[in-house]
Amino acid sequence: MSDVRDDALPTLAPPNEPARKVGRIKPALLLHEDHDLCPGCGEPVAIRILLEVIEELGQERNAIGIIGIGCYTAFTSTMDVDLVQALHGRAPSVATGAKRMRPDTLMFTLQGDGDMVNEGLQEVIHTAARGENVTCVLLNNGVFGETGGHMTSTTVLGQRTKNSLEGRDAGRHGHPILIGDLLAPLGGTAYAARGSVHDAPNVVKTKNMIRRAFEAQLEGRGFSFVEILTMCPTGWFVPTAEGPGYLDDVLAPVHATGELKNGERLVGTPQLLEAARAEERGRR
Amino acid sequence: MSTVESRGTITVAVERCKGCELCIPACPPRVLRMSEARNELGVPYPELLPGCTGCGACLLVCPDFCFEIFQYETPVLHEVAS
Repeated sequence: MSDVRDDALPTLAPPNEPARKVGRIKPALLLHEDHDLCPGCGEPVAIRILLEVIEELGQERNAIGIIGIGCYTAFTSTMDVDLVQALHGRAPSVATGAKRMRPDTLMFTLQGDGDMVNEGLQEVIHTAARGENVTCVLLNNGVFGETGGHMTSTTVLGQRTKNSLEGRDAGRHGHPILIGDLLAPLGGTAYAARGSVHDAPNVVKTKNMIRRAFEAQLEGRGFSFVEILTMCPTGWFVPTAEGPGYLDDVLAPVHATGELKNGERLVGTPQLLEAARAEERGRR
Repeated sequence: MSTVESRGTITVAVERCKGCELCIPACPPRVLRMSEARNELGVPYPELLPGCTGCGACLLVCPDFCFEIFQYETPVLHEVAS
């Protein structure tokens, strides 16, 4: 199995020379590494950084995830945090209820674009507009990956999916919903950002976005949202190695990455805002 | 012959690799390449050449949790055919 060519170095065991381990194979909050997602999928990368941030913020025993339905749902059996399985698209509403009952917890949802933007668009919009103090994490690949690979409301014009093999066409299929841009201007939204996992620098940037979103929640600033563009080479009909390039060329120009908002939910007057934050601090 | 310095190294969980090749272009010093051999899943997996810096870019992009990253206390020198 280790038939490496002569000029390659041994990599089956840690080095014999004195060395410091600087990268772990998996986050501590992932019980084991095996999963059945397709080769080249971006979702496990997003789940790695999500779990690492929970760990780095010391919220391992304080986090509750409300999980939507999609390929990523397979990780509910290996993520070592408290999880609730929501109905398709309803995770933000479940998170609202859970957070109101347990305001001391770090409450996040994990959803795909089919789950959040198709099945449950009104749930996330109302949760943001109300300024619920929860964090919604969206894994956006423009494909209903788990149920056959058809297009979603975020599929960009020209993107290939199972039922838009020639690319999404505005005349036949309508236009994509840019959910991050829809949520960011709402008064209840404190933090909104769109990242990507198609290369190492963007993985690091996206991890920082998740951290800032969770910090916004822990500071009681209101609704926070991180959209993560992920590769789905199976759904896009491209070789796995071309997934990152396809994301960068086709998805990213429309769903532009970067921070969309980093502030404070709007509460009537500065006095009311201070009172709301004091109440939040009191509850924690 | 010439000498190439490795400041770091990796381990690769060959049996878990699904052969997606995302690590190959992600490696800044370009010291990863896909094997000619295939693992039990029937796909090639990454091989390491001298020159690793231990930066961890491969680990960051790998969807299948195949990499561990090490940085040497003292850089290791490799003799390679020039």
